[in-house]
This record gives sequence, C-alpha cells and structure tokens, in this order.
Amino acid sequence: MDLNARIPSGPISEKWDKHRFDLKLVNPANKRKFKVIVVGSGLAGASAAATLAELGYHVDCFCFQDSPRRAHSIAAQGGINAAKNYPNDGDSVYRLFYDTVKGGDYRAREANVYRLAQISNQIIDQCASQGVPFAREYGGQLANRSFGGAQVSRTFYARGQTGQQLLLGAYSALERMIGAKKVKMHPRTEMLDLVLVNGHARGIVTRNLITGTIESHSADAVVLATGGYGNVFYLSTNAMASNVTAAYRCYKRGAGFANPCFTQIHPTCIPVSGDYQSKLTLMSESLRNDGRVWVPKDKADCRKAPKDIPPSARDYYLERKYPAFGNLVPRDVASRAAKEAVDSGRSVLDQGRSAVYLDFETAIARDGKDAIADRYGNLFDMYERISGENPYTTPMRIYPAVHYTMGGLWVDYNLMSTIPGLHVLGEANFSDHGANRLGASALMQGLADGYFVIPYTIGNYLATAKQGDVNTDHPAFKDAEKAAQDKLKRLLNVGGDKSVDYFHRKLGVDIMWEHCGMARDKQGLEKALQMIPELRERFWREIRVPGSSSEVNLWLEKANRVADFLEFGEIMCLDALNREESAGGHFRLEHQTADGEAKRDDENYAYGAVWEYKGDGVAPALNKEPYTFEYVKLATRNYA
Amino acid sequence: MSDETMRITLHVWRQKGPNDRGSLQSYKTEANPHMSFLEMLDVLNEQLLSKNEDPIAFDHDCREGICGMCSMVINGRPHGPRNATTTCQLHMRSFKDGDEIYIEPWQAKAFPIIKDLMVDRSAFDRVIASGGYISVGTGGAPDANAIPIGKKQADEAFDYAACIGCGACVAACPNASAMLFVGAKVAHLSKFPQGQVERKGRALNMVAAMDTEGFGACTNHGECASACPKEIPLEAIMVLNREYARAQLSGGED
Ligand SMILES: Cc1cc2nc3c(=O)[nH]c(=O)nc-3n(C[C@H](O)[C@H](O)[C@H](O)COP(=O)(O)OP(=O)(O)OC[C@H]3O[C@@H](n4cnc5c(N)ncnc54)[C@H](O)[C@@H]3O)c2cc1C
Ligand code: SF4
Ligand code: FES
Repeated sequence: MDLNARIPSGPISEKWDKHRFDLKLVNPANKRKFKVIVVGSGLAGASAAATLAELGYHVDCFCFQDSPRRAHSIAAQGGINAAKNYPNDGDSVYRLFYDTVKGGDYRAREANVYRLAQISNQIIDQCASQGVPFAREYGGQLANRSFGGAQVSRTFYARGQTGQQLLLGAYSALERMIGAKKVKMHPRTEMLDLVLVNGHARGIVTRNLITGTIESHSADAVVLATGGYGNVFYLSTNAMASNVTAAYRCYKRGAGFANPCFTQIHPTCIPVSGDYQSKLTLMSESLRNDGRVWVPKDKADCRKAPKDIPPSARDYYLERKYPAFGNLVPRDVASRAAKEAVDSGRSVLDQGRSAVYLDFETAIARDGKDAIADRYGNLFDMYERISGENPYTTPMRIYPAVHYTMGGLWVDYNLMSTIPGLHVLGEANFSDHGANRLGASALMQGLADGYFVIPYTIGNYLATAKQGDVNTDHPAFKDAEKAAQDKLKRLLNVGGDKSVDYFHRKLGVDIMWEHCGMARDKQGLEKALQMIPELRERFWREIRVPGSSSEVNLWLEKANRVADFLEFGEIMCLDALNREESAGGHFRLEHQTADGEAKRDDENYAYGAVWEYKGDGVAPALNKEPYTFEYVKLATRNYA
Repeated sequence: MSDETMRITLHVWRQKGPNDRGSLQSYKTEANPHMSFLEMLDVLNEQLLSKNEDPIAFDHDCREGICGMCSMVINGRPHGPRNATTTCQLHMRSFKDGDEIYIEPWQAKAFPIIKDLMVDRSAFDRVIASGGYISVGTGGAPDANAIPIGKKQADEAFDYAACIGCGACVAACPNASAMLFVGAKVAHLSKFPQGQVERKGRALNMVAAMDTEGFGACTNHGECASACPKEIPLEAIMVLNREYARAQLSGGED
C-alpha cells in the first residue's frame, strides 16, 4: 500500500502556499467537462459540493436524509475554533496547530494540522458573510469563548446550535448551486458501493430509499464526506442513521482505513435509562465551565438524595486528582475518571446504571440563577425534557458516551485516499485529530476540507489523472450493482426471528462498549475478536428483515448498515489490540502510569496504523505511516 | 419499575404508498414514563416484527430536536402536546396510563405521503433554492469583524434562523401555508447588512416558489407559530409580507 503522504517540502508555515502554487490547475473552460460525485451533505460534503460547483465542475451530491440540511453536523452544539486572536489573548495559527497536535496526543500529521489552523480564520469570514448568526459582543464584534480546556478564547459559537447554523450556511450555498442547476442533489439515496475502473474511483452504486431502485453514477472523481462510525457502539450521540457503510465499502475496494480504534468518548452525556434506549444525548462540554463533577465519598450514600449529602461527604474527584485543570480536563481524562468512580461502586443511578453528578449549586450561589440560565438555559431545558429533573435544583446526572471517531479512511495531504480519485473529507477521514479531538475542532476541519482544501487539490488530480470517459454501462458498474442487489436479497431471505436492533445492540453494547470502549486490554479485545465473528454468523442465520427491496424499507436499510458494522468492529478491535500503548481516547489498561494516566510509547507507536483489506475471512494487512514531529516537541500530556 | 408501566392504545395512520388509501389502525402497547415517544414506537415496532407484521415507518434521525426529520401529528397537534418540543424530544411522561393516542402524518398538498407517517418535504428545499441564501461564493470574504453587527440584531436574526425545516407550521395551518417557514428565512437574512443586496428578489422568488409548490395562502390563524417546536415568532410573517410588498412596489429587481 502506497502511503506517501505527499507532504510539500519547506518550512511548515509555507507548505500550503507552496503546494497551491505547485498544484496543476484545470482551466475554467475545462472545468465543466468534469463531473464530481460528492457523497454526504454535512459540513464537509455541503461545503465541498457548493464550492466545486461554483468553480464550474458538474456536481452530483448524495445524502440519505430527506434533505441535505439534516446531515448530522446539524447537531453540533458548542462551537468552532479559529486562530483569529480577536480577544488578543495570545492565540495564533501556531498555537492552534500546537494545541491540536498535543491534544491529539501526538498521533496526527503535523503538516495537515498546520494547514487546518491556517485555514481556520478564512472559515469564520466565509460563514459570517453567508449570514451565519454568530454570537456577538455589544459593540458588534464576534464573541469568543474558551472551550474544552483551551487556555485561549478561540471558539466562535451560535448559542448552543453552532453546527446547525454553520450547516444551514453551507446548505444555503449548496441550494443556491442546486437552484442554478450546477449541482444535482440526490436526497434519500444511499451509496452502497464504490466503483473502480483502471484502479481509479469512477463512480458509485446507490439505492433510492423511496423506490428501492439500485442505480449507478459515474464521474471523474469521487469525494466521500459521510461522517463518523460511532454508531458501531449502538448507543452514541450520533444520529440514528449515521453509519460506516460508505467508508467501509471503500475500504473493501482498496482504500486504507487508518486508526479505527481512535474513538472519542464524551464525558457529559445523559445516562442510559433502560433497555429501550435508542441513542444518547450530549450535554455540551461548556457546562463544565461552571458545573462541578462529583460522586459520594461513601458508597452507602449513593442512594441518598444529593441535597442530603453534605459537601464534606462528596468526592469532587476531578478537582482532587487534577488541581490545575479541575473540572476542565480534556474529554478522555474526564471520561475515564467517571468510569473509575462508577467502577468503584459509586454510581449515582440505581439498577446497575452508571452516572455521576454535574452540579451547579456552587455556580448558582456565586452568580445567581439568572446568570446560569442565561449561559445554559437551553441545555438545562433539554436536560429537563429528557430526564424529567430540574437541574437548577438538583444536580444533573451524566455519564460518558461515544461521540466522535478520529479514525477514518487514510488520506494524503491532498485528502486523497489510497485509491486514486477517491477523496475523503470531514469526520470520515483520519487526518487531523490524532488520538483525541479537541472540542470545536471537527466543525473547523469539515469546513476547511470542503471550502478550502478539496477545491484546489481535486483540480490537480483531474488535471493529471487523464483517465478518459467512463459511463455506467461499464462492466465494473454492472458487477457492483449486482453485488449490492445480491446482498440485499440475502438479507431478505434469511427469514430468521431476530430483529436488526437485536444484533446491533449485542455488537455495540455487549461487545464494542464492553471490550473496545473507554478502557481496553488484551484479554478483552481477544474475547471481542472471538465474539464478533460468532455474532456475525448468527446475524446471517437468524435475522428477519420484513418487506422487500423495491419499496421504502427502513429495516432493510438498517440491516445492510449493521452487516457492515459487524465486519468493521473486528478491524477496530484488531487495531486496538495492535496498539500496545495508551494514546488519547485509546486507553490500554496495560499501559498506564502509577497514578492511572495514559502512557504513550513514542518509540514504537508513533505511526498511523493503516489497515488494508485482503479478502473476506482473511486478516487485513497492517501498513504504517510513521509520524515525524519536526515542530511540536513530544511530551507527556500533564493536566495535574 | 413495573408500577410505572403505562398501558397505551395507539391509533396510527398506515398507508402503504403514495397512491394507496390509508387508514387508522389500533395497537395496544406498554411504555414507561422515561421512554421517549419514538422509543415507545421502537418497542411497538419490535413487537410487530416479532409477529411478522409490517412495522410502522416514520422519519427521524438526530432524536435531539435539531435535524427536523421527525414529523407526526399526535392527538391532532404537530409534534404532540408539549410546547417547543419536537416529537423526538417528547417523553411518555407527557401521557398517562390508559391513554389513547392518535398518530398521523403531516397532511398538506405540498407534502405528499410516502409511507405511513413519512412525507416528502422536498418542496421546502426547492423554496430555499429559489432565494433563501446570500450569494457569496467561497473565498474573498472580508474579515468577519469588518462588518460589525449589533448583538441585538444578531440575536434577533438567530431567533429566526433557528428554524429546523420540519414543516409543523404547514401541518398545523388550515390552509397548509408555508409563510412561517419562508418568513423565518427572509427575516433571518434581512437582519444582516449582507442580506440587503438581494432583498427584493429573495422575497419575490421565495413567495413565487412557495405558490408553485402548492402551499396555501396565509389567513392569519397563527396556528403555525403555536405548533412550531422552535418558537419562530409570528412576526416572521409580518416581515415577509413587508419585504414582499416593498419588492413589488419598487419593481422587483435589486
Ligand atoms: C451531539 C454532537 C455535538 C457535536 N458538537 C460539536 C461541536 O460543538 N464542535 C465541533 O467541532 N464538533 C462537534 N461535533 C462533531 C461534528 O459535529 C462532526 O464531526 C461533524 O459535523 C461531521 O461532519 P461531516 O460533514 O464529516 O459528516 P456528517 O455531518 O455526519 O454528514 C454525513 C453525510 O453523509 C451522508 N451519508 C453517509 N453515508 C452515506 C451513504 N452511504 N450514502 C449517501 N450519503 C451518506 C449523510 O446523509 C450526511 O449527509 C459534535 C458531534 C455530535 C454528535
Ligand atoms: S417555522 Fe417552525 S414549524 Fe415551521 S419548519 Fe421552521 S421550525 Fe418547523
Ligand atoms: S429526529 Fe431530529 S428533530 Fe426529531
């Protein structure tokens, strides 16, 4: 597998500029001769589709929701980072770069991260000019806040709905191009496979989710922006239909999958309340600016009402363990500490359910209820709607949940995968966040990739690939269509007696969360690697999918996605087993310091682990992209 | 927990496809107050699946009240009984043991039924494509702080921009008018200096597209705003009417 990252030479601050000069251009008149497929309409996909169309390319854009505006990016709450340094508190491109590499526990590629930090400022300008209603100061300037433990205020936000507003901005740009007939939008259409001709990505096979029709679409290049795979855990903060199918199908066609075990567990989510639970809801990280996390010191107090537990009997464990950062330690650290507290028998929920308190009593006493309502009112309301409890008078109960996947398809500096012509953007690629993503950096990355990177780099590919015309009559399309159809047929024909959710839950909750979740060890991972194939085998014997493939069939859609999760989970566990170190969100119990902190092994694991498909039933091959750090000094993260 | 069990009778609109005749069908199920409304339906669907019956199709995705995908008329009210709450955010504690609950799809000419509770809302996208944007291409935007915008103005713009495009306003309106949805977008953009340039064309084109899509006229019932889960203010419609009148009077083109 060719893992040449094509990082431009020269000093890091000049690489992107130099690269843009070196890239081949497609002249304006020729752009309209090229067609680009964009799969996904989230921040990454919508921004890419709109921008490519503005440049003159023909764009076909796909999403499985009924409208591009509903992509999962819409749910992002907290904010988007940029190195504007408007508050004059010492931020810079270099600092944002440095923080992102360090926050990712030194498992990301320096050159890509630096470019991301450089572009961050343009994103804010672009979005503001589209009419995104960012929060403002009274003087009319944009407001910033500090987020996720950053020591500068670099986060731009739009109340607690930043993702929504940024996505609606990108969506409006996309709709403008749809209206101008420069983009053809295919909503409620799911990509089932990637089609290669002469080793280049030349199109996709899709299913129309209304009619069930399987169709082929050819193009000169394919851009994948299909989001993350957190739903492999069944319960996560992702939307219900988020899935790995598009990326996994590309993997099976030869795209390397990098660092699949790097998943982020967000510390502040509403806990699981029962077996019927279908998803988990995030409570913004910003709550930790004022909320204090605790559990009772004594197990025996756990069933008491919190108000009956005096402060002296409470264990504010983050403040105790990390006096410098207290409740603001990074996500991975806060999540593990919550697990530790619960594992010590001090969960504040009964019936084997897990939770810790997030308490605003001190903040309300200090700043008054109104001030707190002003800051977090909408979040408090949301909590109340879901839990039925009033967080102004009783502490919230929270617990970590799967939130984001740093791993993804491997891409080079041009965001091209190991398959020529297949480009991957947003959460679906692996490029910028290493082993742990900082808060407010995913929105930045999605928009950087879509608005400001791919429009340049894809031109270079199109100008140099010279692959000639291909249409959907090509046998490669027919074969892929048939394979997709056969798989659906197989699913419908099993005729067992178990539902798809039964298997999804077993995979996600009983195997992945249990053995490849917040803490992992060799024994558990090996067990998971034994359990997954067994469960997969049962799936193909015992599932029942109702209806047919030539109609709306939500259960068939789901079964097809879960079938891929059942294969993909294995690669995650393999990756977690291979990585004999702890880094960011990947915590191996065998690799920790005396006081329970993550212990990296830079000598042996400072590389991106890129998995290569070798056939069904055959172990994938491991390829390595070594990470070299020229600018950021490798150091142990220390938040104590 | 068993003492919390709620026995519920559901009357659900079932319709195989756009051209089939639908009808209400009744189901008995059990729930508990901590479940979300959609989780209650998930549980019912699992039961239907195990009996080899066709599960109920409904749209949903984020289940956090933000994507705008869920859409059901519950006991005659779009998104159900709780103010400012989408169907996916509704919990069974809003109901009680023994309740009968009616669940129907959005009903509007511009939103044809696809199956059961799923409808086609692509008309909304086409209305946005007709002018619900500021025409700035990527690149070349001035520094974001170059154009100061007062906090009050930005907050007001946000109030309108919060629309999730769910269509409850249309479903609630006796005329199936989309004025609140369109008004929200026009009002949002009209609050910004950047939005001024295309002001007239935007109002004219979006209203024309709304008519073409088959949405009805507004006769000031106000049902839309009271059904809106994001509490988009009724003033959105006033802003739209004003912008439209102004554009017509001054001859349309910007
Ligand atoms: C609750 C929550 C809060 C968050 N808050 C923040 C925050 O405050 N700040 C921050 O920076 N990040 C945040 N994140 C992370 C961030 O929102 C996501 O990482 C980011 O939005 C992903 O964008 P995307 O464009 O890559 O993918 P998505 O927005 O997930 O879009 C994926 C698109 O691909 C389409 N798609 C997928 N598969 C297929 C297929 N097979 N066929 C056709 N179409 C397909 C979907 O329809 C969709 O259009 C949050 C995440 C969650 C879950
Ligand atoms: S105005 Fe309200 S009800 Fe209408 S689409 Fe927007 S959010 Fe939904
Ligand atoms: S499912 Fe997203 S708003 Fe209800």
